[in-house]
Amino acid sequence: MTEPVLIFTERGIYCPAGDFHIDPWRPVARALITHGHSDHARPGHGAYLSTEAAAPVIRHRLGEITLETIRFDERRQIGRATVSFHPAGHIPGSAQIRVEVGGEVWVVSGDYKLAADGLCETFEPVRCHAFITECTFGLPVFTWRPQQEIAAEINDWWARTAAEGRHCLLGAYSLGKAQRLLALLDPEIGPILTHGAVENTNAVLRAQGYALPDTHHVTPDLDVKAHPGALVIAPPSALGSTWARRFGRASTGMASGWMRMRGVRRRRGADRGFVLSDHADWPELHEAIRQTGAERIFATHGYTEIFARWLNTQGYQAEVVPTEFGGEDDAAEGTEDAA
Amino acid sequence: MKAFAALFTAVDQSTKTTVKTAALAEYFRTAPDEDRLWTIALFSGRRPKRAVTTTQLREWAAERAGLPLWLLEESYPIVGDLAETIALLLPPATREADHSLASWLEALADMPKRDLEARKAFILDAWDQLDETGRFLFNKLITGGFRIGVSRKLMTRALAQATGQDEAALALRLMGDWTPQSTSWHALVESPDPEENESRPYPFYLAYQLDDGPESLGPTEDWLAEWKWDGIRGQLILRGGSHHVWSRGEELMTDRFPELARAADFIAPGHVFDGEIVAWDGTQPLPFNTLQQRIGRKTVPKKLLKEAPVILLAYDLLEADGQDLRDTPLAQRRARLDALLSDLPPDAPIRPSPRLGFDTWEGLAETRATARERRAEGLMLKRLGAPYLAGRKKGDWWKWKLDPLSVDAVMIYAQQGHGRRANLFTDFTFAAWNGNDLVPFTKAYSGLTDAEFNKITAWVRRNTLQRFGPVRQVKPELVFEIAFEGIQPSPRHKSGLALRFPRMARWRHDKPVQEANTLADLQALLAAYG
Repeated sequence: MTEPVLIFTERGIYCPAGDFHIDPWRPVARALITHGHSDHARPGHGAYLSTEAAAPVIRHRLGEITLETIRFDERRQIGRATVSFHPAGHIPGSAQIRVEVGGEVWVVSGDYKLAADGLCETFEPVRCHAFITECTFGLPVFTWRPQQEIAAEINDWWARTAAEGRHCLLGAYSLGKAQRLLALLDPEIGPILTHGAVENTNAVLRAQGYALPDTHHVTPDLDVKAHPGALVIAPPSALGSTWARRFGRASTGMASGWMRMRGVRRRRGADRGFVLSDHADWPELHEAIRQTGAERIFATHGYTEIFARWLNTQGYQAEVVPTEFGGEDDAAEGTEDAA
Repeated sequence: MKAFAALFTAVDQSTKTTVKTAALAEYFRTAPDEDRLWTIALFSGRRPKRAVTTTQLREWAAERAGLPLWLLEESYPIVGDLAETIALLLPPATREADHSLASWLEALADMPKRDLEARKAFILDAWDQLDETGRFLFNKLITGGFRIGVSRKLMTRALAQATGQDEAALALRLMGDWTPQSTSWHALVESPDPEENESRPYPFYLAYQLDDGPESLGPTEDWLAEWKWDGIRGQLILRGGSHHVWSRGEELMTDRFPELARAADFIAPGHVFDGEIVAWDGTQPLPFNTLQQRIGRKTVPKKLLKEAPVILLAYDLLEADGQDLRDTPLAQRRARLDALLSDLPPDAPIRPSPRLGFDTWEGLAETRATARERRAEGLMLKRLGAPYLAGRKKGDWWKWKLDPLSVDAVMIYAQQGHGRRANLFTDFTFAAWNGNDLVPFTKAYSGLTDAEFNKITAWVRRNTLQRFGPVRQVKPELVFEIAFEGIQPSPRHKSGLALRFPRMARWRHDKPVQEANTLADLQALLAAYG
């Protein structure tokens, strides 16, 4: 019995042959990072490796770190392991990480979605023997409608609200979801304002060449009245805060996969919930797994126990990856990634 | 159904009452008569009887979705609503049709007459032609209380806006035991002189809780004080030759409390009383658990009539000699009530709830402190100059309850909530020490903030010892102060007792788990107050 390509430790996913971790949650010597969200790219590691496209945001968020970069699809030898990064379609620069040791191939999905969103590099299936998949939305109640339909809903909401002379306040995570929304908005309707957390990320991504429409940063001296009918993009935590008061009787919206559930939508207290996620829905999870050709599946980040149990009835050899988060539906209240 | 679904969406997308009311009023202006009549019925709790079990619905939905039942069962507690879970799981509709709300509801009302195969075929067929919102509403109509953020009060207000009628008059007209099959939109809402209905109750006036002391209420001479009884609020109607008893939830309870029929022996027709139905030992109320044996029984065995006889402790007179008194001040209503009831023989099933004399708020506070001995929950304070209003209105009626009893208990099981609390652990079982064992004695669901529930939810996920379906056994580490209104013996429970209205008063971060209360502490409370 040879050693597995990857093992699951209390620091996270570890490759013994290459002596590195993938998205570890405790400090390690060498970390391969799928993308810049805070539950994947944590501070304190000795050395980081990420895609070129993900690196600027990771640097922006983690500051002074030792970060090497790699191009998508480029192969690199680390110890006895060969690694390469492949587009995951989650946010700009996000990757799945392929690890090959002695002809055995394992892939860590990171977070991913299959449908093209027009902004980030589209998911690319990677054949493998074992697939470690996220399952944030690994329940059959989670199915997404096409992005264009949701974009039409949002633009329609914006146009109607602007016509009433009110602002729209749209809650979205500052890295990824916010920029995806920017690319979907119809700038003909009105001006787009952004919260500082969103605008900082915009600046990083614009410098990389991602095309985003014009936005106005909401600074303390910004005259809100000078931007009638504006749509404001802010992190969910800013909705209902004192920061949001300057927009008066704004109509509030949230864009997230969790908006599929009425209970969550109501608890958030937003007027409108738009079901728009950067994670795979139930059919996409199945499609992604099928495309890998893998027989062994490890479920992580999400409804792991239910999803693994289901996969076992579908002819896969599926297991649950224990994580620091208790491994299950803990994203309901929305960590940064949980969209 | 599409128009009704659009109404639901408009209501569901707003948290503002004015927006909801306007959307509903617009619906009342434009919908066909049958649909608006059914809409009134739905929002006043007149749903057709459930014709299929939720188990059948689950099985059929899983079958239609091509999923194993267990996967639906696992999804349900996460979504937190069965109707919604099923709507989300089903494959897209294969065709489009738009039957009216009334036609769906009439078909549902007709279901009990059909055999099981026909019911299943009907439901599968409905799912196959409704969109997601339509399915959700359809499932809601079948499964349970149709609560979608529209209260009866909001509905009545919208109806008043739509028809230009007085809200209070409408509220009165919507009371009673009508169904959409027994009346029409015209007869119920538009008919300028609705036929006199002898059994029709008045809308109850509901009090607010007095959170601070009564000093803010002004001079004591403006106020009437009486015991706040721990019974069932009821309205006794004596009109024509008959009597009717209504609960606050607008349920006809006449047959459950046959003793009250004898009230007609002492009081002339044309009188309506508001009061509290209590089990009575001849001089004072019996504990609530004695009355509890009568609740839910449609017919009462003789033995129970003898062990738990009820009377009405009347505290208001809404109608006298056929005349509506609600606009006259309480002082006058109360004087007439006392005059009417003061000389009745002791075996009459109706008595005036005594007025409590007091000169100062401090003096009244002393009286209040003795409430538990009088089998009361505290005091009611009512403004003597006030009319009898409809619904919950602030200002004239206050309940000044005793401070609740409380114990510190250890959380041992947790379960996820429903609806708005889906995906959050909000339903907990609490235990008290018995030697080195923790004995469960109550559940509680309320009293904490959303932020606290979020924290507890994260904690539960990391500290689960064992799962029993949706229930998690957790490490016995968290201590909560449990407040409750009463305590009574209960042989059905392992602890031998049961609490009334338990809730979490606070999370005792400061309290080590070893210092939580014991079963002996609870038994001492039972001996003192049970």
